[in-house]
Amino acid sequence: MAYTKRFDGRKFDETRDIKAEVGIIPNADGSAMFAFGDTVAVAAVYGPKIMHPQHSQDPKKGTLRVTYDMLSFSVPERKKPGPSRRSQEISKVTEWALSPVVNLDEFPNTVVDVHIMIFQANASTRCAGINAAAIALAHAGVPMSDLVSSVSVGKMDETIVVDVIKEEEDYEEGEGATDIATAFTSNSGKLTLLQLDGKISPKKLDEAVEKARDACKKIYELQKKTLKEAKE
Amino acid sequence: MISNLTKKRVHDYLLEGKREGRGLLDYREIEIELGVSKNAEGSARVKVGKTEVVAGVKLDVTEPYTDHEDEGTLITTLELLPLSSPRFEAGPPKIEAIEIARIVDREVRESKFIDFKKLCIKKGEKVWGIFLDIFSINDDGNLLDAAGIAAVAALRNAKMPKYDEKEDKVEYGELTNKGMPLNKETPIILTFHKIGNKIFIDPGQEEEKASEGRISFGFLDGNINACQKGNDAPLKLEELSEILETAEKKAEEMTEKIDKAIEKALKARENRK
Repeated sequence: MAYTKRFDGRKFDETRDIKAEVGIIPNADGSAMFAFGDTVAVAAVYGPKIMHPQHSQDPKKGTLRVTYDMLSFSVPERKKPGPSRRSQEISKVTEWALSPVVNLDEFPNTVVDVHIMIFQANASTRCAGINAAAIALAHAGVPMSDLVSSVSVGKMDETIVVDVIKEEEDYEEGEGATDIATAFTSNSGKLTLLQLDGKISPKKLDEAVEKARDACKKIYELQKKTLKEAKE
Repeated sequence: MISNLTKKRVHDYLLEGKREGRGLLDYREIEIELGVSKNAEGSARVKVGKTEVVAGVKLDVTEPYTDHEDEGTLITTLELLPLSSPRFEAGPPKIEAIEIARIVDREVRESKFIDFKKLCIKKGEKVWGIFLDIFSINDDGNLLDAAGIAAVAALRNAKMPKYDEKEDKVEYGELTNKGMPLNKETPIILTFHKIGNKIFIDPGQEEEKASEGRISFGFLDGNINACQKGNDAPLKLEELSEILETAEKKAEEMTEKIDKAIEKALKARENRK
């Protein structure tokens, strides 16, 4: 049977309730929380500060360094604490997704550390992490040419949905579920993250990415609003 | 390492659509040899131009994952050996190796190339576990696509080992005639690179260094099963559309090419026995 109604009753192009807040970690130079419904990500930015180890210093410009991980109790089955292959890969793609908008030319030999931690997971954690990190970077006053907004899209059998939840990730009817993570530079709309697994035709992928782009515009509005309302 | 001078030269050549003896969308020659190690259940050596990787399959009886009680398991690893390039160092896999291994794993898994249900021995207790280990032997660019070919070739080459159910022991060295439960269609990985407004595939080492951005697709039978945009170069939506259109055609052509190379290698292997 075709996927005609979403498990949680949302419209196909509707994200879950999105929430954002900045300045949640006083120690950090910038920090933010971003949530897609039950998926909650927290990001903290420290820097620019002198890069350690020294051999990683770039004398021409500063470096953006991202670590992504999940709290052990953020998922139903306990996740072993500490970095895994999955978390290392996500850290890297998040770094790639954010770095096009971050300009560290004036800060040679420094590093800007972005630490992302997932507090509660119900799919789309890397996207929530990127959204949190983008506003945390802005909140820290790091020079940026644009923001980055991120959302997951899914193909459930033949239907494209925005902001995938765990139940949808596990959908098995028909063609099953294809999970696609995307991120865009918020204003200029360039793609900075694209990952997928599942089964999808090239044409349908093109269509899915466009739907993701539309959803990211709404996410961007919330990111902007959150930053404007931030208290000192 | 390549100098900025070389990088600029290669960059300018690619912008003009010039490469050593081939066009921007031409692949280098693919050579496949099966049976690298007698002790592996399956193995393959793949050359794409001067790039070379080997892949091996080892099978063991193991416990299934609790959420997939009646399915075999797959663990894919990739090591970028110091013997294959001066830029690789010994030690635990770094992100470059992890990324390649995970993309290959996703394509093999998501394309349903392996019928994991047929690797179940006793539901919830015993299943076959596949270790798919890939090593770089010579890096002349495009290790990811090559690793994808090697993975498929090694799996096609693999035979199930004997399993003594009473003793609960795998009798290594005694292979049955039974191959692995695999899909007839071949999954492939195809990576596109970008320089200026030009896209190109199968980069040599210098071209790979000069590349401004890359995006990889895992294809099976015209569908995309895995995708990853690599590097921090953003991609315009028009560029993505163009790449997707090209990818669809190119994937068909490359699947046929790789299929033929594997068939040829399988026959050569039969004749050697």
